Amino acid sequence: MVGAGMSLFVRRALETGKELSYYAAAQALESAGVKRKDIEAVIMATAPDAFDGVHMKGDWLLDGAGGVRKPYMRAYVGGGSGVFSIISGWTLVASGLFDLVLVVGEEKMSSCQPHPQGAFITIFDHIIERPLGPNLLWIFSLEQNRYMSTYGIRNDDIALVSVKNKRNALAHPAAQVAASVTVKEVLASEVVAWPVHRLMVSPVSDGAAAIVLASEQVARRLTDKPVWVQGVGWSLDTSYWGNRDLAYPRYVEKAARMAYEMAGVTEPQKEIHVAEPYDPFAYKELHHLEGLLLSEKGKAPEDLAQGRFERSGPLPSCPSGGLMGVGNPIAAAGVMKLCELFWQLRKEAGARQVPGNPERGVAQAWGDLMQIGTVAVLGTH
Amino acid sequence: MAARVVHHKRHGAATRVVAPDAPPRLPMRGKALSDVEFQKTVPTVWWEPQLEYRWDAGAAISRFLTGLKEGKIYGVRCRQCGRTVTPPRAFCELDFKPMDEWVELADTGTINTFSICYITWDMKPLRKPQIPAVVEIDGTVPRVGFLHLIGGVSGTSIAAVRRQVQVGMPVRAVWKPRDRRQGAITDIISFEPLKAKRRRT
Repeated sequence: MVGAGMSLFVRRALETGKELSYYAAAQALESAGVKRKDIEAVIMATAPDAFDGVHMKGDWLLDGAGGVRKPYMRAYVGGGSGVFSIISGWTLVASGLFDLVLVVGEEKMSSCQPHPQGAFITIFDHIIERPLGPNLLWIFSLEQNRYMSTYGIRNDDIALVSVKNKRNALAHPAAQVAASVTVKEVLASEVVAWPVHRLMVSPVSDGAAAIVLASEQVARRLTDKPVWVQGVGWSLDTSYWGNRDLAYPRYVEKAARMAYEMAGVTEPQKEIHVAEPYDPFAYKELHHLEGLLLSEKGKAPEDLAQGRFERSGPLPSCPSGGLMGVGNPIAAAGVMKLCELFWQLRKEAGARQVPGNPERGVAQAWGDLMQIGTVAVLGTH
Repeated sequence: MAARVVHHKRHGAATRVVAPDAPPRLPMRGKALSDVEFQKTVPTVWWEPQLEYRWDAGAAISRFLTGLKEGKIYGVRCRQCGRTVTPPRAFCELDFKPMDEWVELADTGTINTFSICYITWDMKPLRKPQIPAVVEIDGTVPRVGFLHLIGGVSGTSIAAVRRQVQVGMPVRAVWKPRDRRQGAITDIISFEPLKAKRRRT
């Protein structure tokens, strides 16, 4: 990884998805010191077409992603797309086919009226779920309650994720919903779908983020501080989600084990120095820290309460501010996490820099019908 | 108590570029539009899709829905992995072979998890909450189930609902009258908590 860039994340951008993609892609190219003409292939991560109301929007976004007259592919696994994008880009480079690949993540959720939740309803089974009148919050609130009930977790413990991430985001210049809030304030915010309160939900966002991947030889020529993709992994669980154990994301564990094995990581709690797990809802960060084997099952809330995941703690988690703080333009949010690890591992994160000498980080995203885990292990060696 | 939200410079409509003192150090672009600007100032185009679908339910779910019309909940069994699951499927997704038999399950089960939802899909408030749940159906092995609604609950507050609905609580299907059933998941109106003491999680 030799470059990274982002647009601002906002509730509603004047710019189109193409324009946002261009901002992020141009910045990533500039930071890598390369031009579009040097890029040999482009990966575009963007989530449902229904957000934009544009069929095959991956192809429509092509111009903004710098993909004109180049091998171009869309990476699309719902919310998991952002981290799936680097997996897709890595496979292109690792295959030996290309030396320089641009990876762009984009989402413009604001176009869908009156609310992009309308575009999400079609994720529910059309025969036996949609007639019940579901909305997207159901799956999160059901999963959070199962997680809490299984391990005896209190909502105060979960509210702490919102507090941490919104505060971390105060130092992120692209952040949409950075704030200084207390657990009490999170729990005083409106209950949208118990046990989920409004301040435990990431916002609707527009934005883009991008990275540049290079083969080993080209990377060494471009920078003396490349960040290496040490391992990638992904896995999907059954679409019969009522048949799954909702308390534990086993598919994230499978994805993490694949990535750790490739990276030669045998003790993730010691060998991972900074984490960017996917946090579209507050409890999801904890859920995913467990799936990533960075906490024992059911113990992430306790670890969080003890300060383990603070930016200055022993295993900083979401030092960027995450989706809860920076914002959640779906596919772009996952790429934002990759950008954050890039800056953290190069010790360029300024006010957000985690202490010590972080040499290895993990980014993870999640999505489809609560069924995919996408994981990338990045490091300085 | 309201949260103190820190607004960044760009919330003013004039700001186009944020030059950060943290990475990325290159200027970040994007112009946030306010609701008023979006509704009144900038050019917008509006489109409402007119799409209609009519789906057949397929081999396995058709039989499941026909069962519901008769007041029965069906599952399917795979002899290779030994699972009896619902909703029914034509093939075992693990052993990748046809399911071996149809099993009539009980119309009772256990609340695996539930939620108390106060908003609609378009974020409009609901005074009387919906209570979606995953119900593990009795007779499945391992215990699995599907999404449905919990009914027969009085009161609308979280505290009132939580007094009556808990994870691990036994429930029973409340059926539509036979002549109003259509062969749909909604032939079960909801699952209602049983007063019994039986509990499992």
